[in-house]
Amino acid sequence: MTTPVKTPKTPVKRPDESLLKRLTRHQLFIPLAALALLVLFNLIADPTFFAVSVKENSLGNPVLSGNIISVLDNASELVILAIGMTLVTASSGGQDISVGAAMAIAGSVILRMVCGGQVTADVMQTPLLLALLVGLLVSMIFGAFNGALVAYFKIQPMVATLILFTAGRSIAAWINNNQLPIINDIAFKYAGTFLPGIPVPTPIFITALVIALFWLALKFTNLGLYTQSVGINASSSRLNGLDPKLIKLMTYVILGVCVAVAGFIRVSRSGSINYSRIAENIEMDAILAVALGGNALSGGKFNIYGSIVGAYVIQFLTTTLYKYEVPSTALPAYKAVVVILLVVLSAPVVQEKLASVRKAPAKAAKEVS
Amino acid sequence: MKKVLCLVLSLCMLLALAACGGGDKPADSSQPADSSQPADSSQPADSSQPADSSQPADNKEPAAPASGELITVGVINNDPNESGYRTANDKAMRDTFTEANGYKATFYNNNDAAQQIATAQQMVQDEVDYLLLSPASTTGWDTVLKDAQAAGTQVILFDRMLEADESMYAAAVVSDMPAEGKTAVDWLASQGLSEYNIIHIQGHMGSDAQLGRTGALDEKVAAEANWNYVTQQTADWDEATAKTITQSVIDSGKPFNVIYAENNGMARGAAAALDAAGITHGKNGDVIIMGFDSDKWAFEEVLAGRWNYMGLCNPLQADTVDSIIKDLQAGKAPAQKIIYTPEQGFDAATLTQADVDKYGT
Repeated sequence: MTTPVKTPKTPVKRPDESLLKRLTRHQLFIPLAALALLVLFNLIADPTFFAVSVKENSLGNPVLSGNIISVLDNASELVILAIGMTLVTASSGGQDISVGAAMAIAGSVILRMVCGGQVTADVMQTPLLLALLVGLLVSMIFGAFNGALVAYFKIQPMVATLILFTAGRSIAAWINNNQLPIINDIAFKYAGTFLPGIPVPTPIFITALVIALFWLALKFTNLGLYTQSVGINASSSRLNGLDPKLIKLMTYVILGVCVAVAGFIRVSRSGSINYSRIAENIEMDAILAVALGGNALSGGKFNIYGSIVGAYVIQFLTTTLYKYEVPSTALPAYKAVVVILLVVLSAPVVQEKLASVRKAPAKAAKEVS
Repeated sequence: MKKVLCLVLSLCMLLALAACGGGDKPADSSQPADSSQPADSSQPADSSQPADSSQPADNKEPAAPASGELITVGVINNDPNESGYRTANDKAMRDTFTEANGYKATFYNNNDAAQQIATAQQMVQDEVDYLLLSPASTTGWDTVLKDAQAAGTQVILFDRMLEADESMYAAAVVSDMPAEGKTAVDWLASQGLSEYNIIHIQGHMGSDAQLGRTGALDEKVAAEANWNYVTQQTADWDEATAKTITQSVIDSGKPFNVIYAENNGMARGAAAALDAAGITHGKNGDVIIMGFDSDKWAFEEVLAGRWNYMGLCNPLQADTVDSIIKDLQAGKAPAQKIIYTPEQGFDAATLTQADVDKYGT
């Protein structure tokens, strides 16, 4: 720990600390503050941003519509990926940059199944559940491939996953014989759009379900503890009876599951796929979400809720920029500015500086009295 | 020792995986012997856009004496996964330039012009008879063209133009993008709306197709008082981005009645956003939807009246290129240097099933 001398190690236990100070020291402070700032900006610039209205979609279902709904809906894939990415980061101290390509593979497999190898299909040729399971399995295998390279061959995660990053989209294309399949079955699109009679986009429910599952897993299993201890010190966790390699491998397989779910949502939004464009650069956003959430990219302690909030911040920012008609080519530049600010602010060095600045006047006041 | 083993193993995996992508038979590529074949080594190591021969059989006998009777061609194209248009384009090339048709062809696909140029250079050095080129960018090809001329390799451009003097290539079989844009804009003008509030979703900025299709619309919007852009954004040919852009306009509550998407995939994304918000579109709807290219499913959207217009961009230049080569072999120069593929716009009101069968890919 790099806390200055004389300060107790656990900040929560300091009775003299003001509520504000405790708040600002909390890991979720930065991402939540960023979210609040974006909300505030939109409130001032144009309060109608938050308007939500009920419309009737072309199938006659009542659906909710508005920027906030769009943010929650479109962030789904990113949130799910960010959760898996957090675990991988924590256990292996590196990131999986192949998630976008792996999503293309998962999506391609699912489409291949439901289209039954045809280019266009009007009804699903395979039961959706079976297609999903196969997609999940393939995705987990690729996750295990990445994980094995990292855990057993001790290759840097970024280098190990570079393999799939480069080859993944071609593999996805090969799965469908270089065709771009399209499924017109409305039932397939339920997961990416709306369930009949339910006005909230389905991806929001799926995301909530995934978050809930991880909450349960972290609360009732040792997943969090093991992942963290392997990330902090692999050899000492081995001495304590854990198998660091297996745990690293497991986190990559879990990420594979997340990738399959995200890929499924993405292809069921439109019922089609474009291998070279689908989920392009989403890996960078996922890593960014982890960083924004206040998680160390070098592994160890983690907080998945930070990453989740981080993912929503990124989507909120994107939607805001679209609303103000920032050309989509310029979007990454704006994102970069915000990212630099947030990442610098959450860097330990800056945090310490800030803390000492805040402390100085307090000390002076004490001496006077 | 362990490290070396790791390295070797992981390299094997890398090779196996990378080759999986493009090869028709991934089982072949797992054999390390394959990767040392001359046919492969003539292309720079770029596993993202695998270079491969159309038929694995070609790879196996690179120096077969029988190839003397075959016309050797090097085909440089863009990434077939980029869009339905490119998939059809690439497939047509691969189906046409086969051994059965008298060709020994090497294919290379990449969206990166620098990689394309490097490969083209290599192909010229390998003394192919013809270099077929769909350049990813319009500039930077001078050296290749000069080398080709010196080596006696004839260059034929297909699908996309590049900036060079006409004397530098034998022929060009391309789409007339500005004409495509103009046909579409003229059609839109003929709809006689009192006001045109347009969501303009652009393709990859700077590409031939984007420039041509945007140019005509930009001119019209600047010239007419009742033509306005509600938004003008690039979605980079991506369906999901197009959907997000349209969604954000719907959320902002601004009125619009035209969606001018520069390819079919993006039009589809925009239509999905309209469907989700219950906005009617197509022949009897509130919003006019326009797309481009030649996908069969898009033709069907127009035929069903869910879209209003599709500008045909014909991806099938392979036959024309084939006949040009046969003519050149017989010592006959093509009548014109630049040959535009026949193209037209299709209206939901007049499109017939026969058109769909004829032009859909």
